[in-house]
Amino acid sequence: MPPNESDTVRRLVEDMKDRPGPLIEILHSVQAALGYVPPDAVPILAEALNLSRAEVHGVVTFYHFFRDTPPGRHTVSLCRAEACQSMGADELAEHAKGRLGVDFHETTKDGTFSLEPVFCLGNCACSPAAMIDGRLYGRLTPDRFDALITERQSKTSGPKQ
Amino acid sequence: MSAATVYVPRDASALSIGAGEVATAIAKESSARGIELKLVRNGSRGAFWLEPLVEVVVQTQRIAYGPVTVADVPSLFAADFLNGGAHPLCLGPTDAIPWFATQQRLTFARVGIVDPASVADYVAHGGYQGLRRALSMAPEAIVQGVLDSGLRGRGGAAFPTGIKWKTVLEQKTQQKYITCNADEGDSGTFSDRMLMEGDPLCLVEGMTIAGLAVGATQGYIYLRAEYPHAYRALNTAIAAAYQARYLGSDVLGSGKRFDLEVRLGAGAYVCGEETSMLESLEGKRGEVRVRPPLPAIKGLFGQPTIVNNVMTFASVPIILHQGAEFYKNFGMGRSRGTLPLQLAGNIKRGGLVERAFGVSLRELLYDYGGGSATGRPIRAVQVGGPLGAYIPASQFDVLIDYEALTNIGALLGHGGIVVFDDTVDMARMARYAMEFCAVESCGKCTPCRIGSTRGVEVIDRIVGGVESERNLQLLESLCETMLQGSLCGLGGMTPFPVQSAIKYFREDFRARTPPLKQAG
Ligand SMILES: Cc1cc2nc3c(=O)[nH]c(=O)nc-3n(C[C@H](O)[C@H](O)[C@H](O)COP(=O)(O)O)c2cc1C
Ligand code: SF4
Ligand code: FES
Repeated sequence: MPPNESDTVRRLVEDMKDRPGPLIEILHSVQAALGYVPPDAVPILAEALNLSRAEVHGVVTFYHFFRDTPPGRHTVSLCRAEACQSMGADELAEHAKGRLGVDFHETTKDGTFSLEPVFCLGNCACSPAAMIDGRLYGRLTPDRFDALITERQSKTSGPKQ
Repeated sequence: MSAATVYVPRDASALSIGAGEVATAIAKESSARGIELKLVRNGSRGAFWLEPLVEVVVQTQRIAYGPVTVADVPSLFAADFLNGGAHPLCLGPTDAIPWFATQQRLTFARVGIVDPASVADYVAHGGYQGLRRALSMAPEAIVQGVLDSGLRGRGGAAFPTGIKWKTVLEQKTQQKYITCNADEGDSGTFSDRMLMEGDPLCLVEGMTIAGLAVGATQGYIYLRAEYPHAYRALNTAIAAAYQARYLGSDVLGSGKRFDLEVRLGAGAYVCGEETSMLESLEGKRGEVRVRPPLPAIKGLFGQPTIVNNVMTFASVPIILHQGAEFYKNFGMGRSRGTLPLQLAGNIKRGGLVERAFGVSLRELLYDYGGGSATGRPIRAVQVGGPLGAYIPASQFDVLIDYEALTNIGALLGHGGIVVFDDTVDMARMARYAMEFCAVESCGKCTPCRIGSTRGVEVIDRIVGGVESERNLQLLESLCETMLQGSLCGLGGMTPFPVQSAIKYFREDFRARTPPLKQAG
C-alpha cells in the first residue's frame, strides 16, 4: 500500500473510531476513498480499534461488498437473482462476459471494467437490471449493454444520475 | 398565471429506464420556450410499466403521461401538456387509472405523491399526525394501539408487532434501541426501497413513534449497500426532520429525544436475518446469534432492541393517526391491514400493488399484472423471495394471507411475486436456490454450509443423467437435513423452493444435454 493510502486509512480510523460499532463504517469509507480495502490496512485498523488482525480480516472477508484489490475504472454489477433470471439475466451475463472478456469478480486487462455479480438491485419490475458505478439500469438487452460499455470506453467516467 | 408543477420521479427504478433524462429534457425544453415550471422529483407511483410517468397538476388534479421518452418531450410541450392537453401518451387523471384506482394504499398513500425531501409537503399530506397523537399518549397506550391493530411484521416472519414492542417496553434498562431492517435482500422485492425513496419521512415517523412507545432515544436504519438512491433520500429526509425539530433532543417541543442514523450493510443476504443484522450494526461479521435471548431483551450492544422491517414501521403512523380499528378493518383472518405486493420478473405490468389481505394471487397476476411480459403462459411464480416456494398455475387461486399460503406449503414473506413463463427450467431454479444458499451462508451450521454445496452437485448429477432417480432421492433427504439442522431461515428454508420445484415440476428433473451450467 502506497504511503498516501495508509495515511488515508489512518485519518479515516481516527475520525470514526469513537462511533458505536465503527468497523464496517470505517471499511466503507476506506473503500469509498481508495476503491478497495488494501490488505495492509488490516493491521492499521486492528491496532487503532483494539481488535486482533484476525477479527478485522474476518469482517472484511465476510462481506461481499468489500474487495481487497483495486477495481477497474468502472464497476459493472449484474443482477443474477430470480426476477432478472426470468427475463434473461443468464443470457445477459454470458453476453457481458464475452463482451468484456472477463468472468465475474475479474477486471479487464486494461483496468477499465470490473464485472461483479449482485443479488437483486430492487429493480425487479424492470428486469434484467445492472448497476454501473452506482447508476442503475433496467430492461437491459445485449445491445443496450454494449452501448453502455462503449459509452464508457470513450469517456473516463459515466454520466451522473 | 403561476408556474405549472410537473412531477418526474427520482425513484431508482424509474431512473433506470430514463426518468432522469426525461426530467432534464423537460427542464431544457421549458427554458427554451421561456416557460416557467416547477419540477418536483417525486417517488414512483409504482406502475413501472408506465414509467417514466410524468404528471402535471391541472387545477387540483394530477394528469398522467407515460411512458415518456426524451423524444416525446417536444411533442408534449406542443400539445400543451402543462395544461393537460391531449397527446397519445396522456393517461388522464392518475387516480382514475384502474391499476391505481382499485388499490388500497395505506402505507403507500403518499409515495409518488409528495416531494420526499420536504417536511412541509409530508405534513400537508397527513404526515406526522400519528406522531402528534403518540405524543399525547402514554407509552403503554401506544403499544396497545399497535397490538390492537393486528399488525404483523412485514419482513417475513409475520410476528405480531405489538407483542415485540411490549417486551421491549417492559425491560427496565437505561438504553434501548429502535432498529429498522432495511436490508431488503429478497429478490423480487422493492417496496422498502420505494418507500424510502418516495416517502422516507413515513419511516422516520414510524421509528420515532416506536422510540416514544418503548422509551428508546436512538434509532438505526440498516440499509443494504445496493440501495444508494435510498441512502441519499433517507439522509436528506433525516436532515430535514432534524431541521424542523421532528428529530433530535426535543421532538416537537415535547422534551423527548429521538436520534436516527442510517448504517450501510455490505452485500450479505444473511444480514437481513435480525440477529445477523445486529451483529453487523455492531461492526462485526454477520453471524446469526443463537436465541434466546431475544433481541427484544438483549439486542444491539446487549440492550433491549426493536427490530422491524421498513413496511412495519411505515404502517405505524396511519395506525396511530386513524386508529387501530380503522387499520384492523382491512384484511382477512389473522392477516390484518394491507400489504404492498410487488409484481416482478416476467410480468407485463410490473410494480407495486397495495391491497388488503385477501386478494387472490390470480387477480394480482392477471388483472393487475396482465400476464407474462413475453406473452407466454405463466408456469410458476415464486412468492416471498429466494426462500419462498414455487407455486404452480393450479394454485393461483390462493389468497394473499399468511395462513392461506402456509396451508399450501408456501410463504408470503415480504410480498414479492416473481413470475416465470413456460420457458423456465425448474431444475435450474432449484440449483440456483442451493447455489445462492452456498454463497450467502454465514457458515455456522454444517447442513447449510455444506448441504447447499452438495445440493448443487446432486442436481448437476440428476440433469447430467448420473443415476438420476437415486440422486433425486438424495436431494430430497438433503433438503430434510437442511430443514432440521439449520439455525436460521437461510439454511432452514432454502429447501422450500427446491422441494416445491421437485413436487410440482418433477418433469424438469431429468437428464438432458447439455447439462446445466452455472448461472454466472
Ligand atoms: C435469511 C433471512 C433473511 C432475512 N432478510 C430480511 C430482510 O431483508 N428484511 C427484513 O425486514 N427481514 C428479513 N428477515 C426477517 C428478520 O429476521 C426479522 O424477522 C424481521 O426483520 C423482523 O421485523 P418484522 O417483525 O417487522 O418483520 C430475514 C430472515 C432470514 C432468516
Ligand atoms: S442456517 Fe446458514 S445462514 Fe443460518 S445460521 Fe446456519 S449457517 Fe448461518
Ligand atoms: S432480481 Fe434483479 S433487480 Fe431484483
